[in-house]
Amino acid sequence: MYSPLITMKFRGMDLVSIRDLTVPQMNRIMDVAEGMVPIAKGEKVSKLLDGKILATLFYEPSTRTKLSFESAMMRLGGRVIGFSDPKSSSVAKGETLADTIRMADAYSDLIVLRYRNEGAARLAADFSEVPVINAGDGAGQHPTQTLLDLFTIREEMGEINGKNIALLGDLKYGRTVHSLSEALAMFGAKLSFVSPRGLEMPAETVENVEKIGTKPLITNCLDDVIADADILYVTRIQKERFADLAEYKKVAGSFQVNTELLEKAKKSMRVMHPLPRVTEIDPEVDSTPHALYFRQAFNGVPVRMALMALIMGATE
Amino acid sequence: MKELKVSPIKHGTVIDHIECGMALKVLKILGLTEEPPEDTTSVIIHVPGSKGCKDIVKLENKELKKKEVNQIALISPDATINIIRDSEVVKKYRVELPDTVIGIVKCGNPNCITNFHEPVEPKFIVESRSPVVLRCAYCNRKLEDVTANLL
Repeated sequence: MYSPLITMKFRGMDLVSIRDLTVPQMNRIMDVAEGMVPIAKGEKVSKLLDGKILATLFYEPSTRTKLSFESAMMRLGGRVIGFSDPKSSSVAKGETLADTIRMADAYSDLIVLRYRNEGAARLAADFSEVPVINAGDGAGQHPTQTLLDLFTIREEMGEINGKNIALLGDLKYGRTVHSLSEALAMFGAKLSFVSPRGLEMPAETVENVEKIGTKPLITNCLDDVIADADILYVTRIQKERFADLAEYKKVAGSFQVNTELLEKAKKSMRVMHPLPRVTEIDPEVDSTPHALYFRQAFNGVPVRMALMALIMGATE
Repeated sequence: MKELKVSPIKHGTVIDHIECGMALKVLKILGLTEEPPEDTTSVIIHVPGSKGCKDIVKLENKELKKKEVNQIALISPDATINIIRDSEVVKKYRVELPDTVIGIVKCGNPNCITNFHEPVEPKFIVESRSPVVLRCAYCNRKLEDVTANLL
């Protein structure tokens, strides 16, 4: 349950889980991110993090997260060190994560970590004096994705409170949807969970959302939610979750977002996706006003700029 | 007079009301299987009692501190500790699970960082004492089966 205690301290904090943040803190990050948009677009120049070094340690593949963190640091005048292929680092020689973190701690002012095991970012925070931001730990947390999703909804809709947000796809294994649901509930959104049978939202997440005070609509049918949705948050359904290809194709087909489906939606409804997408959103949707996913991907930059500026104490 | 299978101790600690069949695990949690104490440890398993079967452990000439024994509440929440001096019970208390459990159980999530070769001890936050609910402080997963994951 969200604590009403208002704490606005950012300087030096680790961000491992979205639960490390209060609603006022998330709002503050979004407020600062709004001001960062012209800098993120290159329209304004900033030296806010001049002289600072970010270490990006990516043990697993990433395109958007790594590039947007690096772009965010450079747009604020800082520099970046790191790797995206652990085979080229001392990890290949069997070094523990703890030791690699100790080194990165000595060489940088802030560490961003993506790692294959759950709990890795918490461990890194234990071994690092400089702040650690979790950029994904296995099937665990990815808090900056949640922040940029919240920011995108707030930017597009004006507010999150009271909006109908339908999360669609593989809600069981999809990393982003668990923490996003809890954060959306904290902001007072109305939630629907739409998934194929067997890939429903885990009971624990449903329970957590209910404890916060939102009773989600749970369904296997997209038609149940499409007319009322303000945001349709689409996630990938992975082939490997199905025993046979025919079953996968059937399910993937019934959950595809295309222009035919969008005819049933409100004009103001927006489609989001953490990307990469495969077939779950038809490319013909890209040119409609409903497509918000590329804007969402861009928003990774101003949101990560805001977060780093606040954690480094460059912005209050 | 009822004949006792194991004679009473003069000085030491009696851990009573251990859940049936858990006595050896209690010894393991207390670290008594790695470095046996100099004095006798008696383990009595499957003792019929008023509330059904129980186990008892008697440690001669060793007084366990409350903090040391509290960890056994993980597997035996109803256990009681009796401190014996000169054949008299001088202190008696129930075990009480602390707020965090460190280095006693491993995380049940095989992909948790604490199950790899990293220099950390598994750490759990105690979310509930009855029933016992532990959450990994690293990967944030609930531990489903405490007994199966004892280190």
